Amino acid sequence: MSPQDIRTHNYDVVVIGAGGAGLRAAIEASAQKAKVALVCKSLLGKAHTVMAEGGAAAALANVFPEDNWRVHFRDTMRGGKMHNNWRMAQIHAQEAPDRIKELEAWGALFDRTPDGRINQRPFGGHTYSRLAHVGDRTGLEMIRVLQDKGVHSGIDVHMECTIVRLFVSGGRIAGALGYFRENGRFVLFNSGAIVLATGGIGKAWQITSNSWEYTGDGHALAYEAGAELIDMEFVQFHPTGMVWPPSVRGILVTEGVRGEGGVLKNNTGERFMFRYMPDMFKGDYAETEAEADAWVKGDRKKNRRPPELLTRDVVAKAIKKEVEEGRGTEHGGVFLDIASKQSPDYIKRKLPSMYHQFKELAHVDITKDAMEIGPTTHYVMGGVKVDAETQESTVPGLYAAGEVAGGMHGANRLGGNSLSDLLVFGRRAGQYAASQRSPAPRIPTDEIETAMREALAPFEREGENPFAVQAALQKVMQRDASIIRDKRGLENALAELEKLKARARNVGVTGSREYNPGWHTAIDLRSLLVVAEASARAALERTESRGAHTRSDYPDSDEKQAREQIAIKKEGDRMVVRREAQSPIPADLMALIKEGK
Amino acid sequence: MAEQRTLKLFRGTREGGELKEYQVAAGEGSVVLDAVHTIQAEQAPDLAVRWNCKAGKCGSCSAEINGKPKLMCMTRMSDYPADETITIMPMKAFPVIKDLVTDVSWNYEVNKRIPAFQPRKPDAPDGTWRMYQFEVERPQEFRKCIECFLCQDVCHVLRTHDKHEQFMGPAMLVRAAVYEMHPLDEADRREHLRRQGGIGYCNITKCCTEVCPESITITDNAIIPLKERVVDADYDPLAALWRKLTG
Repeated sequence: MSPQDIRTHNYDVVVIGAGGAGLRAAIEASAQKAKVALVCKSLLGKAHTVMAEGGAAAALANVFPEDNWRVHFRDTMRGGKMHNNWRMAQIHAQEAPDRIKELEAWGALFDRTPDGRINQRPFGGHTYSRLAHVGDRTGLEMIRVLQDKGVHSGIDVHMECTIVRLFVSGGRIAGALGYFRENGRFVLFNSGAIVLATGGIGKAWQITSNSWEYTGDGHALAYEAGAELIDMEFVQFHPTGMVWPPSVRGILVTEGVRGEGGVLKNNTGERFMFRYMPDMFKGDYAETEAEADAWVKGDRKKNRRPPELLTRDVVAKAIKKEVEEGRGTEHGGVFLDIASKQSPDYIKRKLPSMYHQFKELAHVDITKDAMEIGPTTHYVMGGVKVDAETQESTVPGLYAAGEVAGGMHGANRLGGNSLSDLLVFGRRAGQYAASQRSPAPRIPTDEIETAMREALAPFEREGENPFAVQAALQKVMQRDASIIRDKRGLENALAELEKLKARARNVGVTGSREYNPGWHTAIDLRSLLVVAEASARAALERTESRGAHTRSDYPDSDEKQAREQIAIKKEGDRMVVRREAQSPIPADLMALIKEGK
Repeated sequence: MAEQRTLKLFRGTREGGELKEYQVAAGEGSVVLDAVHTIQAEQAPDLAVRWNCKAGKCGSCSAEINGKPKLMCMTRMSDYPADETITIMPMKAFPVIKDLVTDVSWNYEVNKRIPAFQPRKPDAPDGTWRMYQFEVERPQEFRKCIECFLCQDVCHVLRTHDKHEQFMGPAMLVRAAVYEMHPLDEADRREHLRRQGGIGYCNITKCCTEVCPESITITDNAIIPLKERVVDADYDPLAALWRKLTG
């Protein structure tokens, strides 16, 4: 490793990840006159945010004047099964409307109300129609707006650059080492403030709506740097992914289909969600098909929402149960039908990309026929433990925002709360990273050299194909740490992961360092193994069912554990699991949550 | 039910390369990107290909499949007869990095130079605007662009004549059209479109519109109206006088 093998940059703030949270953080840090680098694993504008379809939740009160941050806060806490970081949920509900309006000032073209304001659509778990949206491609709109704002803000963008190590020196964050996919060359970013905005961990499962990038890099980088992770047992399985044909299994079908009136049916034609009403939400949802249909037709004051709009954890488990009890479709899903509820024109206008997706990939015309859908790995509620105000992790100078940060969504995230989370906490992370910035501590040269040597090690071996190890890991997590877990399965997963760690240490790659996906996969495997283990360990520790975490051996919620958090930290070479008590919810906020019950 | 298929993929770098043949089992309903991934996972781990969403939403996996610019994730294997060899080349209008991956950074440079969005003053005291659905629908069509750059690839001005220095290409004209037709925007991009953008190079052959996976009516709805604006600005004496008077 010669010195010319590495390029070095110095920045005030380095943002890792260029989805909604990363872009918003970079824009804010740049507005604070910081010299900012934005590092993307893919090309700019391709991050996972482009796949977000339904919308961004914010109590703008454009459709329902009675909506406000308090109701949004209550919905978020109840959706999160009271496990959320209450302060994050509060900040989010309070600041989301301003963040959406700001996007409009930057050029976003949201769908409109008849009186010319931003329109809002209903979504699971939200009391009122709350999601600002653009048809079913809201994420694409958001990312383009942020992208254009970003490139005009003087941010340096480093595309197709993967970070492999964070450096901590004298107890503070000091920099990051990465490589460029194009030529395999290393790059060192010296910086006293780093914002992680790397998204989630969904690539650790077989059936997933997540792309190749979603290997938990930020979670693993933070963990290796000594930061604490929390809530890793809470992985959201979205109720509606495609199930047929096999090659598209897992691809997301937006909750917007149900928001626009789509209904779930089993193979007997029954709308089964009426049978799955949890006690917590009794009285909030329609009890008859007639009431639900009237609500869809627009009579929303006198009628209650359809049960298809229950929270994602509830709907996903209901679908799984229907299939297991023999009421599924030929390919192991259930039916999602909007054709019998809305006109073809309306469907094509409100859900154009769903129409296109099913037509092209499944040869199904959703204006005529029902879709076959089933749960798919979608989102991780858990992540880097951060301070609610600043988004700073337990490592000084290291921040996290968006999916990689934990706490905001508790045990289950409401649809639409992710896009608003990105904006609210992306901005805060950028703001504090820039305003609290300090000179980067010097990184010892031998640490940099070790990190480079480790990254290049697969070239020195004639070992196993990294794609085979990745596939084996996904299979283990799908079988043993999926939507329903138990002690035996989770212990088995942990034992299998130990074997996979050994296999991962022996993977080999051929070819050059130039754009070599085999090598990239070998490096991503290190992150996948950390997040898979963290998720399985946390799931084993939580001896109750809550939100997205369901234990068949502990089927009930245990109120004593509601405000307990499973924290994970690296100590020596060991992954240590601890239970920590969260701060109690203040009385005034508790009263808000109980209101309307 | 997997079916044996033959694919020929370009393997090489900037310096050159060749087509290499692979046999692969293609499962039911699979798309070309699945076949390429199977080859990568089982036979050629260093095969370079860009992809992200695998659902036609991110525009990463653009390539030329049997001579046609397409997204690999939205092209089904069954679109080609079982005995037909499927040949995949990288986009021709951009320099090859490796295998199916091209250097598209030029597009990002061009985009950076398009004058930024400049909204009019807010309509309401709370700092918000009023826009109606019929007004936003026109620019919303252009915001469907997923930046796959297939339209750039097929545009003969870029593909055959290599006028990257003179012409921004259909994708970037669509980018400019978003703001030009934005109900709130007050910036004037006509001079930029005419000089740096080279909008005059487009001679409306509509090849771009044909390959757009998002079905954006690029030529008719974006480029022609932009051309008209630019021409009006240049040759309409009344408009020229009005600009002088109003600055």
